[in-house]
Amino acid sequence: MPEIFQLRDPLLARRFRELLGRWAPNRPVRIVHVCGTHEITIAQHGLRSLLPENVEVLEGPGCPVCVTSTQDLDCALRIAEKGAILCTFGDMTRVPGSRMTLEEARAEGADVRVVLSAADAVEIALRNPEKPVVFFAVGFETTAPGTAAVLAQGPPENFFVLMSHKLIPPALSALLSTPPVSIDAFLAPGHVSTVIGAGAYREISEKFKVPIVVAGFEPLDILYALSLVLRQLREGRAEVENAYPRAVTEEGNLRAKELFREVFRVGPAIWRGIGEIPDSGFYLCEEFAKYDAKREFGVEGEMGEEKPPGCRCAEVLMAKAFPTDCPFYGEVCTPMTPVGPCMVGSEGACNIWYRYSGRPRL
Amino acid sequence: MVPLFRKAKAMKRLTEEKITALHGAGGAVMEKLILEHILPKFSLRRAGPIGLDELDDGAVVDLPPGKLVITTDSHAVKPLFFPGGDIGKLAVTGTVNDLVVMGARPVALTLALIVEEGFSIADLERILESAAAVLSELGLPLVTGDTKVMGKGELDGLVVNTTGIGVAEKPVSDAGLRARDYLVVTGPVGDHGMAILAARNELPVETPIKSDVAPLWPALERALRTGGITAMKDPTRGGLSAALNEMARKSRVGIEVWEEKIPVRPEVQGLCELLGFSPYDLACEGRAVIGVAPEKLDEVLAALRAHPLTAEAQVIGQAIPEYPGKVILRTAVGGRRFLEMPIGDPVPRIC
Repeated sequence: MPEIFQLRDPLLARRFRELLGRWAPNRPVRIVHVCGTHEITIAQHGLRSLLPENVEVLEGPGCPVCVTSTQDLDCALRIAEKGAILCTFGDMTRVPGSRMTLEEARAEGADVRVVLSAADAVEIALRNPEKPVVFFAVGFETTAPGTAAVLAQGPPENFFVLMSHKLIPPALSALLSTPPVSIDAFLAPGHVSTVIGAGAYREISEKFKVPIVVAGFEPLDILYALSLVLRQLREGRAEVENAYPRAVTEEGNLRAKELFREVFRVGPAIWRGIGEIPDSGFYLCEEFAKYDAKREFGVEGEMGEEKPPGCRCAEVLMAKAFPTDCPFYGEVCTPMTPVGPCMVGSEGACNIWYRYSGRPRL
Repeated sequence: MVPLFRKAKAMKRLTEEKITALHGAGGAVMEKLILEHILPKFSLRRAGPIGLDELDDGAVVDLPPGKLVITTDSHAVKPLFFPGGDIGKLAVTGTVNDLVVMGARPVALTLALIVEEGFSIADLERILESAAAVLSELGLPLVTGDTKVMGKGELDGLVVNTTGIGVAEKPVSDAGLRARDYLVVTGPVGDHGMAILAARNELPVETPIKSDVAPLWPALERALRTGGITAMKDPTRGGLSAALNEMARKSRVGIEVWEEKIPVRPEVQGLCELLGFSPYDLACEGRAVIGVAPEKLDEVLAALRAHPLTAEAQVIGQAIPEYPGKVILRTAVGGRRFLEMPIGDPVPRIC
């Protein structure tokens, strides 16, 4: 079997399944992860059907597109309407703001372009020196280094950034601080952890007394991480364990963290559906403020209607509900006709469940 | 006088290099196109008393005994030329395969072209030669056709329609699956869809992914004669997922398939993982999904594996009485999930 597929070895999978059974808790347990890619692995490989009866795994706010605030999206729309070239990731074009989506704005004449990175946006700025080019900087600590690097290298005069990056550890704290809390443990995201390091979760684990295990993206990675979680719960421990050592270290990516310190400062941020979380957003520090799109264009977002009544995106994002618990899911709300952001983002729980026909257990 | 003469010569040259409105006008220019550039490409031009040579309003076909099966397809593939084939090869193959998966032996084909003004005649010839090559390989005649030209910008290059007729002793539908029937796929899935995606987006791959476009006749002839085929479908648009779901729904049974048994080429698998697609959602143009009665499985597999095109035929699942209309995937790690009809075009991940 090719090396990469050893992480899907059915024999090893069966051994993990037995381990999971052996450490099965004697009470209902809810494990939350915050990574769309983890949810894709879980849904795609049918991992929920391998878990002990009373173990539930849910996706929390793991979709950066889904948690981008309506305010920031409205800023992007205003900026596009003012004639700038608005560069954004593909999924963001379909998320509804207060009035419309970026895709709809494009249909009405706004210059909205899909890019894969901040560097792509800089290329566009270089090719269009007479127009302002704004990069809508959405994403967690995985994408933030790209934005920071581009700014640190001194981008062209006509390049600006609409800052909307968010940090994961404060979100974990927020989930654990918002009663009623029914989270017994976390799986920490793989890519974010390669940047911030496994050590970033120790404080949270100690303060709230929850196990936090860093997990990779292959099915065996997830089964392994879950078995470590169940063992901790059985043994009454609450520690950070790294189940993805081939990519994640204790300190993470030092160069990326250095770039963060150089270019960004941390402040409160609004997570769509959840509300304001302290110290959870990246903003530009003074030295780079001239690239700040909100300042340059003088835009503020509106506190628009967050979601239609009945939509349960907020609860899905807080890991308090499964997508199938939402009355709109699958009927009215589909990836082609989304009602809330969880269905738009390709890392949103609802979108993933729809594509892989997810359900609590098959 | 002289400028007019030069212009006439230029027009003649143009007419010989690029398709113009005159080529679709039904007059001498069109006739010349057909006689000089189209007809000679096809070695077999009749299946009865009136065929392509007569350039009559239609063709007359001597039908062999059996039930008449007819199918039609229009092709608008882009790009027109891709690794493994082109629209000509695809059009003929697609129609032949539709006949074969209905249980029919192909008897004759028609070919209609709708060409955009300005289309290169050299390209058109290449495409016709590809189509002719498949027909010749199968000993299949092209018996009638049509040529239309649309103005520049009114059509994207070329659209081709092919209609095929065949005969079947025992026609096979896609609704004939019964619980306990096995599901067999004749080779790796997802090649064509990925080849087109890679060619269209100029994906950075070292070796180009080749389409699997190939006619399923006579590869399936022996298997059909065993009488053990209960249902059949070719997994084109929507790939294996769509084909299986349709069969399950129409046959009113569930289907369980086993991930580790479904053949996918490593390069297709790799690109799919990179781009976030499933190989089960990508089209195939040289494969069949076959429902087989359990007592005939060995016979059918032997018949399939005897032919080079279907040598990799593999059992991938079984129809079950539970979950009628649904397809369940048992994943490589032993999990279970539904395999749904694919929806729309994926967009690259952001994180």
